[in-house]
Amino acid sequence: MNRLLVWYGELATTRKLTSRGLALLAVPLAWIVLLLVAPLGAMVAWSTASRSAAGDIQWSFTAANFLRLAGFDSFGWTRSYLMILGTTILVSAVTTIVTIALAYPLAFYIARRPPAHRYLWLALIIIPFCTNLVIRTYAWILLLGNQMPLARLAQWLHLVGPAEALSPSTFAVYIGMVSNSLPFAVLPLYTNVERLDWGIVEASRDLYSRPVRTFMHGILPQTFPGLVTAVILTFIPAMGTFVIPDLLGGGKSWMLGNLIQHQFGVSRDFPFGAAVSLVLTFLTMVGLLVLRRSGDEVSIL
Amino acid sequence: MIRSQRLPPLLSAIAIATIVFLYLPLAAVAAMSVNAARFGVAWKGLSLRWYAQLARNDLVVHAAANTLILAVVSTAVSTVLGTLLAIGLERFPWPRWMRRLIDAVVYMPVVTPDIVFAVGMLLAFEAARQALGGLRLGMGTMIVAHVTFQISFVALVVGSRLATLGRSVEEAARDLYAGSWHSLRRVTLPLITPGIVAGAMLAFTLSLDDFVISFFTSGPSSVTLPLYIYGSLRRGITPDIHALSTIVFLVTVALVLGLQVLARSPRED
Repeated sequence: MNRLLVWYGELATTRKLTSRGLALLAVPLAWIVLLLVAPLGAMVAWSTASRSAAGDIQWSFTAANFLRLAGFDSFGWTRSYLMILGTTILVSAVTTIVTIALAYPLAFYIARRPPAHRYLWLALIIIPFCTNLVIRTYAWILLLGNQMPLARLAQWLHLVGPAEALSPSTFAVYIGMVSNSLPFAVLPLYTNVERLDWGIVEASRDLYSRPVRTFMHGILPQTFPGLVTAVILTFIPAMGTFVIPDLLGGGKSWMLGNLIQHQFGVSRDFPFGAAVSLVLTFLTMVGLLVLRRSGDEVSIL
Repeated sequence: MIRSQRLPPLLSAIAIATIVFLYLPLAAVAAMSVNAARFGVAWKGLSLRWYAQLARNDLVVHAAANTLILAVVSTAVSTVLGTLLAIGLERFPWPRWMRRLIDAVVYMPVVTPDIVFAVGMLLAFEAARQALGGLRLGMGTMIVAHVTFQISFVALVVGSRLATLGRSVEEAARDLYAGSWHSLRRVTLPLITPGIVAGAMLAFTLSLDDFVISFFTSGPSSVTLPLYIYGSLRRGITPDIHALSTIVFLVTVALVLGLQVLARSPRED
């Protein structure tokens, strides 16, 4: 269909505009499609392939890689991979809860600063995240080292053995994960807290409600959209991390990211790696859909 | 807002403690970078010897050069491609289904988890290696991988600038008989330059910040600073790593603050 139209002051035909527009879009779109969209599609084919004893890839259509993740291999059933899956979900969930619990007070604190200072406070939250994740993670290794005050305190309290460091440990992984996701929780919460209708909070106080109730009925509903965004921005990236558990967990708390990295690194088992990547993508998408739906339902109310 | 409402002191204390929690590790690294001690963390006096030692470390200088080459080249390519994408998307009357389709492709690199993105890149390079033969992982593959995620971020930043411009100026150019090329070159591009600069700086920072994607797509000859630091964590840390980390931190902060100033300055139109 070729139509004549005036577009940005130009008398043109749809056909002419389409061909000119496609000329602009062709290279960048082809770049993303060829290098990302197609390989993600190819990941499905890889995940059903198998590796021969010699290490060659055979494009057999098999579910063996997914079964292996579920624990079934040629030696019977093991729970090791399912444990990794469980650890991933548990660590991500706990990280999200702790992060949100710390982000709320921070969002309130910043929102109650004089308006001119708020941007400075927000910048203060964001600045540490501008530096590379590897450096930030190493910084925690250093700070949690056995000679440092934090480890000395833990040694004195007999939380760890004498001369023992706080990292690598599951505790260190949580510290690293929470500090890595804080700004992504603070920013969306802050935008909601800043516009909070304090009259409702005031009213609930006047009616002698306890602080918990004031929060649940006066603050939570008003900040729910920000909370959903905060959970999405914390939980979803947490599911895919591998640097933090790798460096701060010392191989003890592997997550799906570590498993994937291992398959494409040391093991060179691309089919199994592709299968784990697909499962991770699937979990991420499900999480995203569930969270976005819960956000939509509230905005309708 | 009711000003008399005060935050409970406990909440303020938690907020302040959280900010301290964010800065404490970085402060520890900065402190260690000027500590003269070679082993351990005991304070042995102020010294800049680790900074001096960095400059003599060929591996670090090489890695720093690689990091810059990677960031500059990938930013240049992605800024051009991302700007083309944004103009192509915003300035043509696409039917709704087409617009949705393009949007989905543009958002793909933004929403894909880092590690899955990196795996996708690796599979793409593996396919290219089997098809063409002789493709080695190295600087070339890293640049291609970085461009792939940067394009989308540039396109989104430039696109939002284009969307806020409105039609009037470009229509006026047409009324004054500017051809489509002339109008793009002399009117649209100068108007969106702040957006392009902001997009380029974002792309540059993202490239410097990246570890996971570089980790999957690099080769033995293309070690960047984050990869070098990661590697030295495996080999055992030497105090010059503290100096290196401090420098990288300060440079990135300066870049990001520059980005903020640039993003806010275009007020004249």
